[in-house]
Amino acid sequence: MITFDEVVKVYPGSTAVDHLSLELPTGKTTVLVGPSGCGKTTSLRMINRMVGPTSGRVLIDGRDVAGQDEALLRRGIGYVIQHAGLFPHRTVLDNVATVPMLLGSSRRERRAAALELLERVGLSAEFAERYPAQLSGGQQQRVGVARALAADPPIMLMDEPFSAVDPIVREGLHREFLRLQKDLGKTIVMVTHDIDEAIKLGDLVAILRQGGHLAQFGTPRELLEHPVDEFVAEFVGRDRGLRSLSFDAADDLPVRPVTEAVGAGLVLDEAGRPTGWQTAAGLEATGGTFRTGDSLRLVIDLAIGSPAGIAVRVGPDGAADGIVHHHDLVDHLAARRGRRAAEPSA
Amino acid sequence: MITYLSNNGDTVLAALRQHIVLALLPVLIGFLVALPAGYLGVRYPWLYHPLINTCGVLYSIPSLALFVFLPVILGTKILSPLNIVVALTVYTVALLTRTVADGLRSVDELVVQSATAMGYRRFRRLVDVQLPVALPVILAGLRVATVANISLVSVGALIGVGGLGQLFTRGFQLFYIQPILVGIILSVLLAAVADLAIVLIQRAVTPWTRFQTGERGPA
Repeated sequence: MITFDEVVKVYPGSTAVDHLSLELPTGKTTVLVGPSGCGKTTSLRMINRMVGPTSGRVLIDGRDVAGQDEALLRRGIGYVIQHAGLFPHRTVLDNVATVPMLLGSSRRERRAAALELLERVGLSAEFAERYPAQLSGGQQQRVGVARALAADPPIMLMDEPFSAVDPIVREGLHREFLRLQKDLGKTIVMVTHDIDEAIKLGDLVAILRQGGHLAQFGTPRELLEHPVDEFVAEFVGRDRGLRSLSFDAADDLPVRPVTEAVGAGLVLDEAGRPTGWQTAAGLEATGGTFRTGDSLRLVIDLAIGSPAGIAVRVGPDGAADGIVHHHDLVDHLAARRGRRAAEPSA
Repeated sequence: MITYLSNNGDTVLAALRQHIVLALLPVLIGFLVALPAGYLGVRYPWLYHPLINTCGVLYSIPSLALFVFLPVILGTKILSPLNIVVALTVYTVALLTRTVADGLRSVDELVVQSATAMGYRRFRRLVDVQLPVALPVILAGLRVATVANISLVSVGALIGVGGLGQLFTRGFQLFYIQPILVGIILSVLLAAVADLAIVLIQRAVTPWTRFQTGERGPA
């Protein structure tokens, strides 16, 4: 657990962090998000002593970081920086093996481990002997993540790790981040200015406002459904109601048999896989399907997008095994509203 | 010219040997002085401008004046080769201090920060990360300093110690073109060889620079 205890950071002429108290749980991803000048990067850097607090304490598992040797502390904390910050004069493999080298592991050992990590972040062995300048931005960012993971630190700090790549690459990196974190269960602290990224990747999100004040700290769902004030409501965005549907699984929706959709124009191939919708204008692409476990938001999106107002569910083999009709969605949302009104708010 | 060389081979060879020592020893010493001096200019930013300005002034002193005045300051004999070595070292330091400082400043701040964040201590970070990344800039400065020194040594002949420059003074005194030609050709050759050697070293120790402006792969 990482604890911020009444942390203040004052620079000449401005306060970057103002009496911040936070507890970041072990094994979870906590995202610090806010507009520029809210002190999020400063707060992140106080964890590995890149920045020292003016007053207050930062503790890792109860130990004040201020009393620890800077270099040794940092070798035990992974750090991913914006634009990756790779060493241009070292090959990809040697970049990844940096911290194990500082920790004194043998050349053979650390290079073997680095090779394994490269694979883990989705880079094949052919990249090992290349230099960073030979990689794309997305590939560099993957190497940056592998480098931070190399010594298997329990804590990872990530400063805008995905902001320098284009949206499509970022989407892929997000997916891999979630997959990796599911396997690894690190204590991750991430800084971003992008609230959507925060909600997507964070188990917990701390929204900071200008001058280093904590506006709200909670799960993405809490922030979307119960913002404490105007600032948070505005910051999480106007369509927060719709986005909060992402946290509801679609599993308790009333599912009808596929045959009903076939009557409405759904075309299936011999294996029962949906290929499109028959409309007056011809065959229209399905535009996507959902599976058990997907979110309510996805199902609503599919139903709106389909010409028949129907979202198609597929089984593990890709064959359609049920449909959700938009009439049923309206009823389901009404029932959901009734249930939520009965719950005490968080 | 062949006859001149075969009759005066020993003299020419001795002059060449002296030329090499007088030119390259100051490069070596100067580099070793400039390295910490340039680093200080980066470590303490307030020191950068005073340091660079001092170097600029030192470099603008005419070489002949320095050769003549150094014996007065150092208490050496006017004909001592030490005068040339010290003078050229001064020029090398003036040139390379700025090069080292600018080279270190050219290293991307993100690279330095990520080195710090990974747990490098200050000295090892300098040796392992900052200096290697600054090497292309530093070696470019080293080439300039080396070639400049090789040409400046000849001026020393005017005060009696000047490697191949002595062939010029002898030629002028005897109204004889051969030694002058030999001197010119050898000092140009020497400069070219030294320059090439540094380029080859640079290629060997900074293989990564070849990709710096190269094409990037797909995302």
